[in-house]
Amino acid sequence: MRMSNKTADRVATAVFYFFAFLIILILAGLIGFILYRGLSHISFGFLTSPPQTFKVGGGIGPQLFNSLFLLVLTMIITVPLGIGAGIYMAEYARPGRFTDFIRLVVEVLSSFPSIVVGLFGLLVFVNYFGLKFSLLAGALALTVFNLPLMVRITEQGIRGVPREQKEAGLALGLTRWKTIVKIMLPVALPTILTGTILAAGRVFGEAAALLFTAGMSSPRLDFTDWNPFSPVSPLNPLRPAETLAVHIWKINSEGIAPDAAQIAAGASAVLILTVLLFNLGSRWLGRFLYRKLTASR
Amino acid sequence: MAIAAPSSAIGASTRPGGSAALAAEQLSIFYGEKEAVKKVDLSFARGSVTALIGPSGCGKSTFLRSLNRMNDTIAGASAKGSIWLDGEDINAPGTDVVSLRQRIGMVWQKPNPFYKSIYENVAFGPRYHGVRNKRELDEIVESCLRRTALWDETKDRLNQSALALSGGQQQRLCIARALSVQPEILLMDEPASALDPVSTSKIEELISELKQEYCIVIVTHNMGQAARVSDKTAFFYMGNLIEHNETNVIFTNPEKKQTDDYISGRFG
Amino acid sequence: MKATLDPARPGSEGAEPTSRAEASSEPRAEASPASAAPSGGTPPRPTARRKSRSGGEWFGKTYTLICVAVLIVTIFSIVYFVASKGLSTFFVNGVSLKEFLFGTKWAPDGEPQSFGALPFITGSFVTSILAACISAPLAFCAAIFMTELMPKFGKRVMQPVIELLAGIPSVVYGFVGLTVIVPFFRAIFPGQGLGLAAGAVVLSIMILPTITTIATDAMSNLPRGLKEGSYALGATRWQTISRSILPAVIPSMLTGVVLGIARAFGEALAVQMVIGNAPHIPSSLFESASTLTSVITLSMGNTIMGQVQNNVLWSLALVLLVMTFVFVAIVRVLERRSLR
Repeated sequence: MRMSNKTADRVATAVFYFFAFLIILILAGLIGFILYRGLSHISFGFLTSPPQTFKVGGGIGPQLFNSLFLLVLTMIITVPLGIGAGIYMAEYARPGRFTDFIRLVVEVLSSFPSIVVGLFGLLVFVNYFGLKFSLLAGALALTVFNLPLMVRITEQGIRGVPREQKEAGLALGLTRWKTIVKIMLPVALPTILTGTILAAGRVFGEAAALLFTAGMSSPRLDFTDWNPFSPVSPLNPLRPAETLAVHIWKINSEGIAPDAAQIAAGASAVLILTVLLFNLGSRWLGRFLYRKLTASR
Repeated sequence: MAIAAPSSAIGASTRPGGSAALAAEQLSIFYGEKEAVKKVDLSFARGSVTALIGPSGCGKSTFLRSLNRMNDTIAGASAKGSIWLDGEDINAPGTDVVSLRQRIGMVWQKPNPFYKSIYENVAFGPRYHGVRNKRELDEIVESCLRRTALWDETKDRLNQSALALSGGQQQRLCIARALSVQPEILLMDEPASALDPVSTSKIEELISELKQEYCIVIVTHNMGQAARVSDKTAFFYMGNLIEHNETNVIFTNPEKKQTDDYISGRFG
Repeated sequence: MKATLDPARPGSEGAEPTSRAEASSEPRAEASPASAAPSGGTPPRPTARRKSRSGGEWFGKTYTLICVAVLIVTIFSIVYFVASKGLSTFFVNGVSLKEFLFGTKWAPDGEPQSFGALPFITGSFVTSILAACISAPLAFCAAIFMTELMPKFGKRVMQPVIELLAGIPSVVYGFVGLTVIVPFFRAIFPGQGLGLAAGAVVLSIMILPTITTIATDAMSNLPRGLKEGSYALGATRWQTISRSILPAVIPSMLTGVVLGIARAFGEALAVQMVIGNAPHIPSSLFESASTLTSVITLSMGNTIMGQVQNNVLWSLALVLLVMTFVFVAIVRVLERRSLR
């Protein structure tokens, strides 16, 4: 009896170890596979040249630019809104029905499938607002997708600020708002920034919400034309823009160029590297800011 | 220190005409249904130090925090009664709490400097209240740091983070910060309880100096400290103000038995 | 109380009139709170107040409230627009709800047209539940590993690994599924490799972080006494885990599983890439199938707004939306139960 207990314990422990390392293996395999398949295809030309439909040698230049530009646009809209609502939840909301209701809204909004958010964008931003398939419509859809996360990040960050910091600000005769902005927000910044960068990684890789908002095509871009109102300018927020993630999806499902598989692999590698960069960057920045802010004793 | 302070305290307390700078009248404070402070009448004279003593949970900190309406920030806390400051009931609804707090400075138990530089910790308040001139700000910073005996220790590293200072230095910086916006009254919530003995005595010296110009109210658990720094002492028990008198009277010849019991360490 | 009042004190009644008189004889200018500044070698008192008295308080409150209003308006418009489009299939085009929910034939362009969405609904449920079945045990093991077996290694290596898994974009999962899992299945099982099984495997990796994180949190929040009591009775680690820890974390595990299913249910592109996209109920896990999201993804671009072929896609989106609410409700119920 005792022996069998011990055996069971050993077997179970082995199983736990096995599965834990299996998960690590899956991730390592996943990233390793993508990099192995994709890295050899990444070159300066690949990162800068436009894609080809039928010929070999297409690049992902416009897609990469679109992804980055769309990310910036999205963050410009999301960050002020998310921080504002997060501050409300952390500081102004009083316990009660209304606050419970907002919490429910945030929860539901963050659980909506991104394809549904994309459809909503298609209906409202693309058709109703008349934005057509455009960067701006895409950015707005991504805002819907990203906003709940941003609200949570901010609320958590602000709640993490020691109570005494807030009281010290108030005791100097600052208004509540000024205390939040000038005392609490700086203290919460590392947390908020780390979360924001992680959220940015999510936005960067999102595709389903963009299929029917930012569109699945990109006009010929003239990278010498920086007038945001020109239709061939990369900066024009009203032009359609296929992002890197959407491009990967499209090549995989309907790519007809002979080297479609390699391009998909290369693009995936770029996407993964960027997300890794966001991930590591947020860790590093969070630690750096925290150390700088609290100074070492 | 222990010998010098009481004599100076007695000297100051005999100063006539110390008109009340701040007075609580029938002040009750509730946390939800629970009455944490019960109808307290207590006034504080200019140029004096009043110590609030009593066992933990007796309501003294709550009382202190209500004097600059800091309890407003705690959900569920409410106050009834009046707090008079210059003939104004600052506990009345519609009071401009923000400018009120500028007139009543506060120091907490745990040093809580802003996550900013030493200079910025002191300059922040005045700048916010409209001092923009760099020289003027420099003057304020230097004068506040001198008054808290921090200038010589920090003048070469004003731009370093305040969090790099020692606990005692941080607490003196917090006092300097409170002084920077020229309050009339200073509320101190066990300002030395988290500090080592040397830092504690520095803070106590500082309090004795500052009382020339400020009305100081200090909550303390340390009987010796109350005896050393205060002119008057108020004893709280279970939310009630039991006794309020000259410090030497409280400590040598209290009227109430509860006070006597507490002072002589028989409970609490 | 009255009796304890200090006799040496002039009394509050005496003190206030003085201070009131002071105030009236020396009115405190609203704009300069400096009037009562104590004299002496004090630093110069701020003289001018640069800001308005409200100090941005009104602005702050209004601004943050507007941000919250945006959230609320967004969610209501999503529900309103998707619902009004999705319902018009039934109210405008006259498709019967029964046919939509239980019909197995999907032929929007057929003659006669037929809008049975059951294949997609089944596809969505089968893939996501299957994914959770694969993922939940793995997540449990990972969580036990991180909290019980090797906490240090877990924090240093497992945690970041899990977070990274969560960060990988779904198209990349789809791509890997298409280039690794599908050929693998094709080699071993009959068929093309595309199908429910491939979808479920891809989804299971995608939702692994969700379940693991929640399970880990639940385990590290267990009271210490629970484990120690078990070990003190001479139980082995496995006995402690299976008899003390597992029952205690089951409610949280369930929450995690439901959240995972919710995520899998709404996931579009990764599934669409590996499932094969045949609009029928498959007879095997390795046969091409469809989900709600995959059919929306593929057909939305090929239909014209306002026509029944398009409206019915919105009805599918409405099903997704309703399911989101259902999942949130289940999670809330589970959370409330585990609080008790």
